[in-house]
Amino acid sequence: MTHAPAHPIAPNPRNLDDRGLSETPAQHASYLRDGYTLRSWLLTTDHKRVALLYLASVTMFFFVGGAAAALMRFDLLTPEADLLTNEGYNRAFTLHGVIMVWFFLIPSIPNTFGNFLLPLMIGARDLAFPRLNLLSWYVYMLGGLFTLFVLVAGGVDTGWTFYTPLSSMFAHGHVILAATAVFVVGFSSIMTGLNFIVTVHKLRCPGMTWGRLPLFVWSMYATSLILVLATPVLSVALALIAAERLFGLGIFDPALGGDPLLYQHLFWFYSHPAVYIMVLPALGVVSELVAAAARKPVFGYRFVAGSSLAIAAVGFLVWGHHMFVAGQSMYASAVFSFLSLVVAVPSGIKVYNWTATLYKGDISLDPPFLFAMCFICLFVLGGLTGLVLAMLAIDVHVHDTYFVVAHFHYIMVGGTVAAYFGALHYWWPKIVGRMYSLAWGRVGALLIFFGFNLTFFPQFILGYLGMRRRIHVYAPDFQVLNVLSSAGSSILAAAYLLPLLYLFWSLRRGAPAPPNPWGATGLEWTVPSPPPKHNFEVPPVVTRGAYDYGSRHEGRS
Amino acid sequence: MTEGMLREPYATLHQQHQAARLGMHLFLASEVMLFGGLFAVVMVMRILHPHEVVAASERLHMWLGAANTAILLTSSLLVAIAVEVARETRRRATYRYLAGAALLGLLFLALKAFEYGSEYEEGILPGGSAAALSNPVQHQFMNVYLVATGLHAVHVTIGVLLLAGLAGGLAAASLTLPKRIPLVENLGLYWHLVDVIWIFLYPTLYLAR
Amino acid sequence: MAHPLLLRAWIVLLLLLCATVGASFVLAGAASLAVALGIAFAKAAVVYWFFMGLRREGGLVRLAAVIGTLWLLILLSLASLDYLTRG
Repeated sequence: MTHAPAHPIAPNPRNLDDRGLSETPAQHASYLRDGYTLRSWLLTTDHKRVALLYLASVTMFFFVGGAAAALMRFDLLTPEADLLTNEGYNRAFTLHGVIMVWFFLIPSIPNTFGNFLLPLMIGARDLAFPRLNLLSWYVYMLGGLFTLFVLVAGGVDTGWTFYTPLSSMFAHGHVILAATAVFVVGFSSIMTGLNFIVTVHKLRCPGMTWGRLPLFVWSMYATSLILVLATPVLSVALALIAAERLFGLGIFDPALGGDPLLYQHLFWFYSHPAVYIMVLPALGVVSELVAAAARKPVFGYRFVAGSSLAIAAVGFLVWGHHMFVAGQSMYASAVFSFLSLVVAVPSGIKVYNWTATLYKGDISLDPPFLFAMCFICLFVLGGLTGLVLAMLAIDVHVHDTYFVVAHFHYIMVGGTVAAYFGALHYWWPKIVGRMYSLAWGRVGALLIFFGFNLTFFPQFILGYLGMRRRIHVYAPDFQVLNVLSSAGSSILAAAYLLPLLYLFWSLRRGAPAPPNPWGATGLEWTVPSPPPKHNFEVPPVVTRGAYDYGSRHEGRS
Repeated sequence: MTEGMLREPYATLHQQHQAARLGMHLFLASEVMLFGGLFAVVMVMRILHPHEVVAASERLHMWLGAANTAILLTSSLLVAIAVEVARETRRRATYRYLAGAALLGLLFLALKAFEYGSEYEEGILPGGSAAALSNPVQHQFMNVYLVATGLHAVHVTIGVLLLAGLAGGLAAASLTLPKRIPLVENLGLYWHLVDVIWIFLYPTLYLAR
Repeated sequence: MAHPLLLRAWIVLLLLLCATVGASFVLAGAASLAVALGIAFAKAAVVYWFFMGLRREGGLVRLAAVIGTLWLLILLSLASLDYLTRG
C-alpha cells in the first residue's frame, strides 16, 4: 500500500490565489484550461486529456463500424444479393467486426473512462506511466488508420476471425495488411493493461485499501490482467497467418501436415478473454451506476469484486466453445462446455448483487441509471443465451446461425454499448463540467433500448429457425424477421446519434456542473467538475468504504 | 542520496522505482505469452507428428545451439553482475560488464547467422532444395524453427542495442549512477528474459528425440 | 570471488546445460521430453531467482514474474487436451 508523505503545505481555502499542488492558476481551474493548442493535446501526458483523445477516436470508429452495419442491414432487407456483391458483403461484415471489436469495444470503456477515472478513483494524480499512456493512443491510431487504409484499398473478406485456411491460403484481399493493423493495435492494449495494473498496485492514496476500491477499479484491474496476458497470443496468431501467406509456413495447411484448427486455438485463446475485456469494464460501470441509482452500498461488495477476478481467470479456460463443430476432439469439447457453464456463475453473482442493491433503494431514474437498467435486462438475456450456446448438444445446431449473432450483440451492444452510454451520461458532467438535458437523456436511453431489441430479438428467432450468419442471400421465409431487424437498426442508428446532439449542445449551453451532481460516493466526485490538472490539491486520505451512503445520510439531519 | 528524476505522479523515488520494476515484469509476462504461442505450435506439431519432428530436430546443429546457450547464460551473468555493481554506484565497472554482455549478445547473433547460413546450404531452410528434407512436416518444423529463433534473434538484437547504448551512455557519463540504477536493473530483467526464452527454445527445437 | 552467489549460479546453469545435452543422447520419447523440459525449468528458475533478483523481491513482484508462465500452461494444457484426445 502506498504512503504519500503528508503534504507540507495544505492549501489555504481563504486565499484565492493558493493553488495547492497545481503549478499554474489555469491548471488549478481545470485540466481543460491547461493549454489550448493542438500541441497541448497531442503531446499531453494528462490521463484526462488522453481519455478525451480516445473518446474522440472511438466515437469516430464506432460510426465507421456502424456504417458497415448499416450497409449490411440494408442489404438484408431483401433475400437477394442486390445491394452488395457476395465479396462486398463479406468485406462489409469483416470490416464491421474488425473495427467494432478492436477499435471500438475493446478500448471504449477502458481507454476513455478507465483512463479518466482510474487515478481519480484511487486518489492519484495520474497513471503510473503517463507517457506510455499517450504512446498507447498513438499506437491505437496507427492501427486504426492502417485499418481504414485497408478498407479504402478494397478490404478483406475473411471475417474478423481470419480463420485458416481461408485467410492463410485462399483469400484475396489485404489479409496481411489487415492482420498487421490488428497486430499493431494489440500493443496499445498491452500498454494500457500494464499501466492500469501498476497504477492500482502502486498509486493508491493513503487509506485506499483494496477493500475500499470502487468496483469500477476492480473490474478495470481484472480487464487489465486479460489485456496483458491474452493479447500477445493474438499477435502471434496473426503473425503466423502472415507468415503462412507470405512464406508458406505450412502449420495451418492440412496438405503439409498442418492443422487449420491450431489457428483457432491460438485465436480464441485470446478472443474469448477478449470478450471479457469488452464486458468487464461495462460490468464495473454498472456496479457504480447501480449504487448511485439506489443511493445504497453495493450488496455483497466482496463477491462483486471477486467475481470480476473470477471472470477474468475462468474466461481463459473456455475458448474451445467456439470450436465445437470445427473438428475439436469430443472430450475437449465436453470439458470446454462444462467450463463455459462455470464462467456464467460470477456474472450471475453480479446480477444478483445488483438486484439486491436496488432492493429498497431510493431509485433515481436519471439517464445514467436508465442505461444501467437497460444493461441489466439485455445482459441477462444475452447471458442466458450464452448458457444455451455453451451446451455442446445445443450448440451443434445453432453454431454459425443468427442465434450466435444475436447472443453476442445482446452482450456487446445491449450490454457494453449501453454501459458505455451510461458511463458517458454519468461522468459527462465531471469530464466537461456541464450538465446536459436529463429529459433528452431519458429519451435517448429509451430509444436505444427499443431500437436495440427490435434489431436483435428477431435475430434469435432467425437463428433458431436456421438462418446462417455471414450470408446475404437467404431463404425468402426469413425476410419478415430480417425486415424487422433492419427497421430496428435504423431506429438504433438514430438513437445513437441523438446523444451526440444533446451532449454537444450541453458543451455550449449546459448548466455548469457541480462537483457531485448525482449525490454519489467516490473520490472523483470530491473534486471540481471538471477536475484540476493534477486531480487533487492535497493527496486525499480515505477512511471509509467505497459506497458509504448510509453514514452520509445519517450525518445530516 | 538519489537526486532528481522524481516524476509525476509519484510521491517518492522508491515508489517510482517499484512501479517501474513491476511494470517491467508485467511486460515480460506479455513476452512470455508471445513466445508461448510459438511453443504451442511446436507442441502441437510434436503431438501430431512425433517422428518427423524428431527427425528434423536431429538435423539441427545442436552443438552450435549449445554454444549459443552457454554464451547467453554467460551474458546473463555479466548483466547480473553489472546490476550489482551499479547498485554500488561503480559506473566504470557497470559499463564494462554491460559492454561485455552486449558483445556476447553479438557473438550469439554471429553464430546464429553462421548457423542459418549452413542450414541454407544444406537446403533445409525454406528456399532450399525440397529434396533435402524427406517430408513436408519436416519442412514445417524448419519453418517454425526459423520463425521462433528469428523472433528470438530480433529480441536479442534489441537487447544488444539497448545494452550497448546504456553502456555507452554510462561510459560517456551522459547517464550517471545512482540516478540510472533502475534503468540498469530493468534492462537487465529484459535481457534475462531473452536468455530464459532461449533456455526453453534450445531443448524444444534442438533436442527432440 | 567478487560475486560468489552469481558465479555459483552460473556454474550450476552450465552444468544443467551439460546435463540436458547429455540426456539427449541417452533418452528418447516421453522421458527425453520430460527431462529436457524439467532441466529447462530448473535453469529458468535459477535465472529468475539469482540473476533477476527474485530472492530479494516481495510476493507481488514474484507473482508478476511467474504469471506469464502459469498462464501459458493454460494454453498448452487445454490445447493439448484437444490434440491428445482426437480419435
